[in-house]
Amino acid sequence: MNPLAALFMRDLKLAGRVGGGAGIGVLFFLIVIMLTPFAIGPDLALLARIGPAILWLGALLASLLTLDRLIAADAEDGSLDLILTGQTPLELAVATKALAHWLSTGLPLVIATPLFALLMNLDTQASLAVALTLLAGTPALTFIGLLGAALSVTLRRGGLLLTVLVLPLTVPVLIFGVSASNAAIVGPLPFGTPFTILCALTLVSFVVGTFAAAAALRHGIE
Amino acid sequence: MLLLDLANPTRFLTLVQRALPWLIGATAVAFTAGLYLAANAPDDYQQGATVKIMFVHVPAAWLAMGIWTLMSIAALGTLVWRHPLADVAAKAAVPVGAAFTLICLVTGMLWGRPMWGAYWVWDARLTSVLILFLMYLGLIALWRTVDDPSRAGRAAAILTLVGAINLPIIKFSVDWWNTLHQPASVLRLAGPAIHPTILIPLLIMAFAFALLFVTLHLAAMRNEILRRRVRTLMLMQAQAAPGSAA
Repeated sequence: MNPLAALFMRDLKLAGRVGGGAGIGVLFFLIVIMLTPFAIGPDLALLARIGPAILWLGALLASLLTLDRLIAADAEDGSLDLILTGQTPLELAVATKALAHWLSTGLPLVIATPLFALLMNLDTQASLAVALTLLAGTPALTFIGLLGAALSVTLRRGGLLLTVLVLPLTVPVLIFGVSASNAAIVGPLPFGTPFTILCALTLVSFVVGTFAAAAALRHGIE
Repeated sequence: MLLLDLANPTRFLTLVQRALPWLIGATAVAFTAGLYLAANAPDDYQQGATVKIMFVHVPAAWLAMGIWTLMSIAALGTLVWRHPLADVAAKAAVPVGAAFTLICLVTGMLWGRPMWGAYWVWDARLTSVLILFLMYLGLIALWRTVDDPSRAGRAAAILTLVGAINLPIIKFSVDWWNTLHQPASVLRLAGPAIHPTILIPLLIMAFAFALLFVTLHLAAMRNEILRRRVRTLMLMQAQAAPGSAA
């Protein structure tokens, strides 16, 4: 079996089993969505207006929640050393890990979005627009988080630091994700402009995140 | 070859000891001249005396971005050329850069209250400078979390280079998005759009701020080198102590 395919299947299996925590992200997402009406009151018109922003914030926080296990679990059980000393280029290995992580934690958030959008009083078209922008944008969050996970893997207090390092870098994704959703729902901007920039951000963070994370792992472990 | 000569920390320390008194003196002279000229500069016909905040705000903003650029070059020095003082330079610059960014934000807010009617607006340039400030704080957190300095240096170098993507966004945010913050009026192709009576004090203040940064940075680098020597001595002492494992 191809080593990358083996790594991919292993990460997917681990995420699905006990202690994987893939479902916890969706549950956390639901709780953030549920807390919002308690904080601002059950005003349906207001909820519909800020719904895309709340859904994006919830997805952003939920995708952060699972990041600290992305590489730290491998560092604990020693499989990270095998990946580092193996023949496969480290960049490809971490990209594979990030892809498996997105499939097991990012994609469930996207799938849950149309359902949770009902709680925010969004109509069908609006909730599909938010889900589409999340589909394009959550990979960027995973790849940026990959860098944070790689930097903090060797630290003792990694979890909290990871959040502090990653969140400022995710601001552009949040800006263009929310503005693309709003463009699709109320206008007046065309949907294409912010959505294309969002896709570009995902591609850029794929390249930057993968190479920077591989460099951080090479320099951090010795 | 100067950079190669400076790779020896002892030679660097002697050079810093010799240069620091002159730098401190030059900074004091430049600040005296700059503050005197700024105090006597004419008030703006629209903004009144609040225009004088600019003499602190603009140099601090230039330095906030310039220091991150310097740190990015130092990060390349750490990762590519393995220059032994590169991570010392990067580490010493972080708190100074954070302080200048904070000065830039606070003076901007004080100016914004009478001029725009609010301390803070969510404008593209203000937001991107705030992100720069948060990234400075993140770097400080990273430096303080890792106990081994060389490992911390390489992790911080990678984060610095990734964060450098924010710099062009700050510089061009006022051109790309039509924002409340005014566009560049000093560094532009068509020449400065500021009257010389205000431009000259501004440039002298910028020079004074740059001198202040160089002085603080060299002093902080000296302290960091000495701190690392103390750490090594203490580690050696602990190893030599009776009853220790090694």
